[in-house]
Amino acid sequence: MSSEKLLLDYPTPETLQIKLIGDWRAGAGIPPVSEVAAQLTAHPDIKQIKVDVLALSHWDSGFVSFLLKLERDCEAKGVRLMQEGLPQGAQKLLALALKVRQMDTPRTALPESFFEGVGGRAIKIKDGALSLLDFLGEIVFAFGRLVKGKAFFSLSDFLFISQRCGVDALPLVSLISILVGMILAFVGAIQLKLFGAQIYIADIVGIAMVRVMGAVMTGILMSGRTGASFAAELGIMQTNEEIDAFRTLGVNPVEYLVVPRVMALVLMMPLLTLYADLMGILGGLVVSSGMLGINPIEYLNHTKEAVKLNNLWVGLAHSIVFGIIIAVAGCLRGIRCDRSASGVGEATTQAVVSAITGIVIATAIITFVCQVIGV
Amino acid sequence: MDTVIEVRNLDLSYGDYAVMQGLNFTVQKGDIFVVMGGSGCGKSTLLKAMVGLLEPVKGEVLYEGKSFWGEDDAKRNAIMRRFGVLYQGGALWSSLTLGENVALPLKLYSRLSDEQVREMSELKLSLVGLGGYSSLFPSQISGGMRKRAGLARAIALDPDIIFFDEPSAGLDPVSARMLDDLIIQLRDALGATIVVVTHELASIFAVGSNAVFLDAGTKTMIATGSPKELLANSKDPRVMQFLTRGQMQGAIR
Repeated sequence: MSSEKLLLDYPTPETLQIKLIGDWRAGAGIPPVSEVAAQLTAHPDIKQIKVDVLALSHWDSGFVSFLLKLERDCEAKGVRLMQEGLPQGAQKLLALALKVRQMDTPRTALPESFFEGVGGRAIKIKDGALSLLDFLGEIVFAFGRLVKGKAFFSLSDFLFISQRCGVDALPLVSLISILVGMILAFVGAIQLKLFGAQIYIADIVGIAMVRVMGAVMTGILMSGRTGASFAAELGIMQTNEEIDAFRTLGVNPVEYLVVPRVMALVLMMPLLTLYADLMGILGGLVVSSGMLGINPIEYLNHTKEAVKLNNLWVGLAHSIVFGIIIAVAGCLRGIRCDRSASGVGEATTQAVVSAITGIVIATAIITFVCQVIGV
Repeated sequence: MDTVIEVRNLDLSYGDYAVMQGLNFTVQKGDIFVVMGGSGCGKSTLLKAMVGLLEPVKGEVLYEGKSFWGEDDAKRNAIMRRFGVLYQGGALWSSLTLGENVALPLKLYSRLSDEQVREMSELKLSLVGLGGYSSLFPSQISGGMRKRAGLARAIALDPDIIFFDEPSAGLDPVSARMLDDLIIQLRDALGATIVVVTHELASIFAVGSNAVFLDAGTKTMIATGSPKELLANSKDPRVMQFLTRGQMQGAIR
């Protein structure tokens, strides 16, 4: 490379002359500065560097980048880089780049050790838990103020959010619930046929949907649909300083933004779950009457007998808990979002992941408690 | 002088809503060309049509005689690669550091080694006075610095034409002045042609070598020429009112 584009010469012991040849544009390949810098180390007598550009055909900022690095190296070694004769534009660019002093302390983080990593993770988990409790406390206080009539609360916002997370979700909930009901019926049918007990399909589908599946499926759907949308919406508001604007206006963002969302979802989840239960039973009905030849009226009667009201209460209790989990996860991640595009993405992902994890854990706990108290 | 940009019979609209009609002007090589006019008159819309974000309903934008909107996407992209655009808020990619922001165009459109890309992005940041800041994220720096970093990204590929959308908006007078000086220095050093959209009078007179004045009322341009000459010679009351900061009133609405 040096033979092609860079010729070194020593007219006097104190002077290094570098002759630049040909195309010095970034795309054409530029020799590394180290070739010249090595000469400075090898010949400590050198006091100045002259640049000969007579044979230079083209240049762009790649060339200036080379000069800048060379200038910095020269400066460190107390060598003068003669700028006379350089192309005018290059001189100007170089002057501009050198005008403002380089910020001296590059902020590079030291690589962390294994134990630091583990400790940091543990502290993060602790902070996360505290932050969640903090947020829950804020929500409870905000509800308290709402009940006392002291909170800023916009009814139209609440209704709008309710519509978005309730009515607008119906088509999706219908589709998924019918399919879940059909799948349950299919799986049950294969087993029950062996015993000639097909009619018990109605029991399986009815109890499963009403007691837990309706609520869980709706919960998972709503985590992806509404939880993510809460996180993205509040996350963007945080990024745009809209949430700060509420704070400086004396409006508590938890009161104004979070409470209506939690309320809307807690109100809508049981309704959606009821609807999902119904759709699931309908799906079971389609399969059992179409595939097993069970009379639909008989199927419905059997369902009515099998599904006790207790099952319905358990299902609705699930759905209310899920509503709280989804809304809180979404709003918390949104409000605590980093102010960047990737921060919003991260917040949305986290909202869905924590909501679904929360739903599964809550289901396990509720099932266990019901077992113990015998419901 | 060589004509770099020619705008011919340009009509701009959003859907059915006409924004500007019958625009005709040329930008010469090395010009600092100012697009000026009151708020909401369509300055930024014109900029969008010039950089390829909004297709005009009628007319042409020519770059060195080559039609910009008449060509297919590939040819238009080739012309666009010679642009640098500085957006109002800097429009830095928030998940990338300043160094990565400047390096991205270089990585996409040049075949440099990682080391060279790093050096080049460091040079561009140094040119705008941000040498050594390359590992910071946009959220960690001030608005003025973000703008300068946006400028560093705009000049990453040594563009022939640099577009500025409201460069001094949101900056203090000293920073705005520094950015104006930077615009002139970069023009001289890079040999680039510059198009500035602004309504800041101080900027207009400090940097503008040529200008077009857009009027929201008539939805067209009502004056062209160097801003200083317009101030000295213009007979149009709307132009005079704008250039004198409303001191010459009376004649208008």
